Amino acid sequence: MARDVRLLTAPFDPQAELARFSADRALAGGIVSFLGQVRGDASVEALELQYYEPLTLPGMESLADDAMGRWPLEGLLIIHRTGLMHPGDPIVLVSAAARHRRDAFAAAEFAMDHLKSESWFWKREKANGEWRWIEPRTVDFDDLKRWQ
Amino acid sequence: MALRLVFMGRLETVAGSGECAVPFAATLDTVLAALEPALADALTADTIRLAVNGALVNDTAALVLHDGDELAFLPPVSGG
Repeated sequence: MARDVRLLTAPFDPQAELARFSADRALAGGIVSFLGQVRGDASVEALELQYYEPLTLPGMESLADDAMGRWPLEGLLIIHRTGLMHPGDPIVLVSAAARHRRDAFAAAEFAMDHLKSESWFWKREKANGEWRWIEPRTVDFDDLKRWQ
Repeated sequence: MALRLVFMGRLETVAGSGECAVPFAATLDTVLAALEPALADALTADTIRLAVNGALVNDTAALVLHDGDELAFLPPVSGG
């Protein structure tokens, strides 16, 4: 099982996922992981991520295949939440295992940059009782350009 | 004879719901002309992508619709 890509509608346990992913890759020289969680903010009460079934998971799988083709990886884990979340809740977990650390660092960052600004998710947050849609930031596109 | 329209992200707020059914029409222009002008404007903004039955459409002018098609209007994404 080289890659494991999942779209979840319910909470997940990042530590348990990482433990399992690492155990399956005892011979990898390095594993780089990124966990994104709902940022704590005095005014933000909740965050909701929407997805579009026909595009979102296929897009994530295609992204994982791109990363696997670009770097010699022992494995790649991508887990992304959708639905309603609260500050501190895990949103996204990316973990890349490789023989050498630079490949693992690069693949994990590549996957995150593309999940942020090129994957089929729409985010809104609730602050002071009001829901507001979040549009992508310029810096997210700049992050993406580094890989072109 | 109908089409299903899906509104993602902020378009859901503009439309007042995440999806709706509209009478069948063979072209996108005809579908849009039957909607509230404010919604039609929001759906035709430069930043909105269209997917028909889960496949992205690059040339909407050449699009020929079929009964039962699902048209998803996709604003700029924000994940992670």
